[in-house]
Amino acid sequence: MADFSTLKNPQWESRLYVARASFTLLVVLLMLGVLLWRYHDLQINRHQDFATLADNNRIHVRALPPARGLIYDRNGVLLADNRPGFTLSIVAERTKNLEQLLADVGELLAFKDTELARFEKQLKRRRPYESVPLRFNLSETEQALVAVNEHRLAGVEVSAQLIRNYPLGAELAHVVGYTGRINERELKRFDAKRYKGSHMTGKTGLEKYYEDQLLGEVGYEHVETNARGRVMRVLERTDPVPGADLQLFLDSRLQKIAIQALGAERGAVVALDTASGGVLALASSPSFDPNLFVTGISTKAYKALTGSPAQPLFDRALRGQYPPGSTVKPVFGLAALDAGAVTMGYRIYDPGYYQLEGDKHKYRDWKRGGHGSKISLYDAIVQSCDTFFYDIGFRSGIDVLHDYGSRFGYGTQTGIDLPAEARGIMPSRDWKQGARGRVWYPGDTVNVSIGQGFMLATPLQMAVAVSRLAMRGEVSQPQLVSHVGNELARPVSELAKIEIPARYWDLVLDAMAGVVRDVRGTARRAIGNIDYTMAGKTGTAQVVGIKQDERYDASKLAKLQLDHALFIAYAPIDKPRIAVAVIVENGEHGSSTAAPVARAVIDAYLHYYPESLETAPAAGVLAPSFAVESTNEPG
Amino acid sequence: MSQGDFERSLKEHGSSVYGERKSWLALRIDFPLLTLLLVLMALGIFVLYSASGQNLNYVKRQGVFMGIGLVVMFVVAQFEPRFMQRWAIVLYGAGVALLIAVIFVGVGAKGAQRWLDLGFFRFQPSEILKVAVPLMLSSYLGQRVLPPRFKHVFVAVLLIAIPAILVGIQPDLGTALLIFAAGFFVLFLAGLGKGYLLGVLFFGLGAAPLFWFYLLRDYQKTRILTLLDPQSDKLGAGWNIIQSTTAIGAGGSSGKGWMQGTQSQLDFLPESHTDFIIAVLSEEFGFSGVLCLLLIYGLIILRGMVISIYAQSMFSRLLAGSITLTFFVYIFVNMGMVSGILPVVGVPLPMVSYGGTSIVTLMLGFGMLMAVSREKKRMGEQL
Repeated sequence: MADFSTLKNPQWESRLYVARASFTLLVVLLMLGVLLWRYHDLQINRHQDFATLADNNRIHVRALPPARGLIYDRNGVLLADNRPGFTLSIVAERTKNLEQLLADVGELLAFKDTELARFEKQLKRRRPYESVPLRFNLSETEQALVAVNEHRLAGVEVSAQLIRNYPLGAELAHVVGYTGRINERELKRFDAKRYKGSHMTGKTGLEKYYEDQLLGEVGYEHVETNARGRVMRVLERTDPVPGADLQLFLDSRLQKIAIQALGAERGAVVALDTASGGVLALASSPSFDPNLFVTGISTKAYKALTGSPAQPLFDRALRGQYPPGSTVKPVFGLAALDAGAVTMGYRIYDPGYYQLEGDKHKYRDWKRGGHGSKISLYDAIVQSCDTFFYDIGFRSGIDVLHDYGSRFGYGTQTGIDLPAEARGIMPSRDWKQGARGRVWYPGDTVNVSIGQGFMLATPLQMAVAVSRLAMRGEVSQPQLVSHVGNELARPVSELAKIEIPARYWDLVLDAMAGVVRDVRGTARRAIGNIDYTMAGKTGTAQVVGIKQDERYDASKLAKLQLDHALFIAYAPIDKPRIAVAVIVENGEHGSSTAAPVARAVIDAYLHYYPESLETAPAAGVLAPSFAVESTNEPG
Repeated sequence: MSQGDFERSLKEHGSSVYGERKSWLALRIDFPLLTLLLVLMALGIFVLYSASGQNLNYVKRQGVFMGIGLVVMFVVAQFEPRFMQRWAIVLYGAGVALLIAVIFVGVGAKGAQRWLDLGFFRFQPSEILKVAVPLMLSSYLGQRVLPPRFKHVFVAVLLIAIPAILVGIQPDLGTALLIFAAGFFVLFLAGLGKGYLLGVLFFGLGAAPLFWFYLLRDYQKTRILTLLDPQSDKLGAGWNIIQSTTAIGAGGSSGKGWMQGTQSQLDFLPESHTDFIIAVLSEEFGFSGVLCLLLIYGLIILRGMVISIYAQSMFSRLLAGSITLTFFVYIFVNMGMVSGILPVVGVPLPMVSYGGTSIVTLMLGFGMLMAVSREKKRMGEQL
């Protein structure tokens, strides 16, 4: 083929060209085949993989947190609602210089180190283009500052969120409780699905107890985003279901009156609707502002609360355990009668003390010199004669006292719909053996028979006991919530009626009426003139009440060692509607400090509700949503 | 101009290899090729509308470019190939001169200096060479005894290497590759000896490390490494390839439908209306769309090769063959890089990617192809 000629040979050349062209055409077809093979492989063989990849690229699922259920009192007064709050967050990708941006924003809002630390932590864990919150609950001034400077704050976002709000603040802090950020322990325990998109959970009170009902159901949104993470459209949406609203038996006006009546004293007031067990007021004073806890309380404010000797965070009504003192006397009087330890006509001579046989120890009456001779059960309750109860208590024995005390609710949780209720102590032989490892002595019985010694009760238990007295043994469980959503929320009480012959009830309840009415009644002066009938029982607890910490100021110990003043009451006598228990810590004179508080609450109640109540407030007075629903229902 | 005037003016031009058949057919036009090109353009416009995010501005401007391209093609088609052969050296010389000018007064973007700013528009001299190099080589070798002797091969290699290197250092690897390919095809079709071919092969293998260490810039190396393992830099260099293969694969057999491709419509796909437009077509029309496109391309290539084989002179053959094969290189390099079997080099998908320069250059080439197809028989040359 190497040519000999320098002349062009067109035929030879064109044949050469055709050969070369055909060859290249073949190669071209082969390479087109390679392309086809490649596209076939991607589009047919591996289509599924890539289709999934493409969808993962664009489709993101966003959780839509539900609105938390609201809480109303029995008249539809809002106790907890959700207010829009503004959160400042930063999208790191939208700013060129994050450091500079933080400095600029910091100039406007003055961040705390803790806020910055939390921000930095979250910044590392976020997805690209996800906004990271920096400051919650912006004030209007702060919002305005950010808005004015928006042009130089690229990457800053201000978004609205619902923040829990407690309009009545401290008045109901111990009842309603508060919500707070979900902590790590809760995060592990909770069903992650239900809490998608929610950052808050009930920490105390009703907010905690009814967490499941208040929470609602999370909604989902499948959104299509572009490569920069911006949402282009919503593909599919499941709306969140708001949490159920709660309606309480509680009347916020009574609650306010109870707190005002306690004034500056430390104490608790519990008022129950005797028929239903519905809690009309449940006050513990002093209290705190639950709104502080919602978006995170400052360390300083928290220390001020925990460091206060008055212990505002402590719920005295539910968790304060006090010796019930003389307020147990009606119960133990019934116990002695019903158990047959004494008869209705039993009388004693009271020298001012009581002695067990063969023991020199004198169990003293509160009244030096005693109440005199021929003291009957009636007299003993009206005048609160300790000696009489030492005697009949000893005659009944601890087993009888324990049995009857327990039936009136002492020593067991009342079952109220609040978390962490204290049980108190209704002592027994078994209890002492178990708790103290000691056998029961007769002297222990003597102490217990006037509500001292080992016996402890919460104000709520005292209210339950007086309610059962008022209802002549009809038992009901105390309950705060009357409706969840528009469903009635009544627990099925499995407690049996306390069966005691009517004549014993007559005697004891008449004596309780005498406490208020009789010239020698211990509460007569404190209660004064009332235009209705009331029965009650005063009490004084000698023991230093709640557990004391070293934090207490030594100079105040004197005041803290004073007796607690107690008063239980119900009204009206013939058809009891309200039962109240009051404790004023270190109030010293039982009748004078505690009884007026009880009277203020009962006065107000009978004034607001002159007619007897239905067992539960009508659901109709609730939120507008209920009204709308009920009109839609046929019939 | 009325229909009558038009026909009359065409008649005056008169003759072709097809003889004096019906009136306006006398215009130097290859109808099969024209038809295929028009179909391709229509498809391209269709895909571009979707790929540009329904931006009518892009579509209008692309339409204008296509119109200019068609005019250029028609005009060039009317020249005698002999005329082109004569002026090849001038075009080539001017092109190389402009390339040198770019080095000194060129403007650029993203670290590459490729443009001459003429005030009213920017102009990329390397585009001229895509046409000038095959023209020059065909002209040079078409006058020599074939297969070319060493002396001629040496000159030819110089003619290719000078512009290819000038463009390569801009750097514009894609265009350099196309210039090199266009020149090489002329040499190969001219019957370059097997010894040379083997030599080129071994030289290439031997020079590869030199290329890697001395000539390739970092971003070019990254592109090659990314090809081998796109996942190594998911959000950086690998992003383009991951997103484009995802788009192609997600299209499946029949695609997601026009304007329904999520990868391109939601901006996951970079350069979706220019170099990566095939990914949009693949996602929205699926494998069947790819097949259609390749069929059109295949027929154009086939037609080009047929024209070259039936051409009247060696110059015409070499020119037509080189233009056709270069057209194929566009397709192969573009579709190969977008589907992840070739490194990313800036080569557009002919007639579909947005961009005026490449369309006009390509249509210029097709104009030459048509000129060749209608060439009068030269005296003393036979098939």
